[in-house]
Amino acid sequence: MTGPDTTSPFVKETFEGSQELASRHDTSPEELEREVGSVLRLPESHGVEVSDLDVERPDDETMIINMGPQHPSTHGVLRLMMELDGETVLRTKPVIGYLHTGMEKTAEELTYQQGSTNVTRMDYLSPLNNELVFSLATEKLLGVELPPRAIWIRMLLSELQRMSSHLMWLATNGMDVGSTTMMIFGFRERELVLGFFEKTTGLRMNHNFIRPGGTAADLPDGWEDDVEVILDNVTARLSDYDALLTGQPIFNERMEGVGSLSAEEAIALSATGPILRSTGVAWDLRRTMPYLAYEEVDFDVIIGTYGDNFDRYAIRINEIRESVRILWQVLDKMPSGDYRVQDKKVTPPPRARIDESMEALIHHFKIFTEGFKVPEGEVYVAIESPRGELGCYLVSNGSSKPFRMHIRAPSFVNLQSLPVMMHGGLVADAVATISSVDPVMGEVDR
Amino acid sequence: MSPETAPDELSLPGVPRSTSADGHDLVFPDRAAYHDVVSAHREAGFEMLAALTAVDYLGHPGRPLPAGVVPERFELVVMLLSMAQVRRVRIRVQVPEDAAEVSSLWDLYRGAEAMEREAYDMYGISFVGHPDLTRILMPEDWEGHPLRKDFGVGRVPVQFKHAPGPR
Repeated sequence: MTGPDTTSPFVKETFEGSQELASRHDTSPEELEREVGSVLRLPESHGVEVSDLDVERPDDETMIINMGPQHPSTHGVLRLMMELDGETVLRTKPVIGYLHTGMEKTAEELTYQQGSTNVTRMDYLSPLNNELVFSLATEKLLGVELPPRAIWIRMLLSELQRMSSHLMWLATNGMDVGSTTMMIFGFRERELVLGFFEKTTGLRMNHNFIRPGGTAADLPDGWEDDVEVILDNVTARLSDYDALLTGQPIFNERMEGVGSLSAEEAIALSATGPILRSTGVAWDLRRTMPYLAYEEVDFDVIIGTYGDNFDRYAIRINEIRESVRILWQVLDKMPSGDYRVQDKKVTPPPRARIDESMEALIHHFKIFTEGFKVPEGEVYVAIESPRGELGCYLVSNGSSKPFRMHIRAPSFVNLQSLPVMMHGGLVADAVATISSVDPVMGEVDR
Repeated sequence: MSPETAPDELSLPGVPRSTSADGHDLVFPDRAAYHDVVSAHREAGFEMLAALTAVDYLGHPGRPLPAGVVPERFELVVMLLSMAQVRRVRIRVQVPEDAAEVSSLWDLYRGAEAMEREAYDMYGISFVGHPDLTRILMPEDWEGHPLRKDFGVGRVPVQFKHAPGPR
């Protein structure tokens, strides 16, 4: 070795081992069992005894290939290491972290007022839900009661977001199984929703619209008409999707019976959202642990039977229908009143008041320079995002910045069930199965 | 598991309990009892591990804790969920800085795998019995554990036109 030694003296102590799958020659039977049973996260039902393992098997019969992190169908920078026997997937290991930007650390540097700009960038396909869970957690610590209109505006946005996220999923899933028509359709309908968001919040994504204390602004004039246009269009076009996908033999062949998961496995692996519901467990936080005003609207929780890719497709397309149903009720029941709490310590005063009131100017200045102080305590709030249980664990030490903010990201946890779904399947189906988990890497890596 | 087996009737002698402001049950086992307490909850119908994370309380030692719980630097926070009883319980374990080691929940909940790896990666808490305790979000040769309070945020110096070259 020439040149100066650039190895840090600490590397030895902190090196945590390689993430690579070692070849079968190099691994002892115990290690192999560990890998088959656990590292690749197969539950016990799939576990393999040491004696059953073909340790002498030559390496050239199985092949370890990497899929990603730049593979177009991994929905971002997801890398999968797959051990293949011919076309059959044996073991899979998701390797993540390529998009890690330390957003939980960043949250400790931002005030609660600024915090929603940070969390909104995690799940970039449903940013409003991220803002919602952060705001709900902050409000629980503050102990403020929201005005009814703020609650219903949040519900309206949250359900529109669920629609746009599922439409995006239909689009990318269509592309993954070869239906580019569905991709164009999905993006086209999502555009309607994003257009409404742009009109309401000013931005197509990363809105920072739902904030602690309510929302940033009231809905624009004529919002009812805009929402009705979206709902009419989406309802009409959902039947196009049925004609294009649901009854189509090629699509059914690709989806039915592929990537199946049992209810026990899903619960053991902490999977939530459409993955858990596809196995027949009727668990939807909107119904079971209602937040906002979900007790006051009628909707059905869609569940599947077989836990396969088709069930997850059917759940998502029908959840769009349920969102449409909820949104019609929101249109009927939207109360009038304030769109944020009238607590001068939490929400900034209206712009017009600043010109005429010294107190308003002081409150405005204080909130935007120091932020508001949140009482000491810790709280965990969970909502149903389009991908599953989105939780926020917030610890406050009484200052204006969170002491600790943890986001329980549904995609991060749901990825653990991927190796189980792909075990024994074909590598060609892997793409469809990854898509059916619907991982958003911004949320996985945070 | 029948819904009648409410966790209030769980016999956990010597484990302090309380209720949080958000209405969740809080349980404060010590590190030795941690695994047994979680196991008892699992028997009592808490079939899902909803979340697992940690907090570094460096610089904020005076948090409210029930009598009998000695505050330590790290706290492991485990959110369990019972779908049959529709309730949550939060288990908070004090983990000292000089022996940041607890037993893994992987044998009870397979879903603990990625979450414990994340807690290990971010805080350096070791989980004994975890099958594959490696870094999950940071590169594997990263030094230190970034969510610890004494881990610097780091910044890139602003490059001005006539600034001296990189050191």
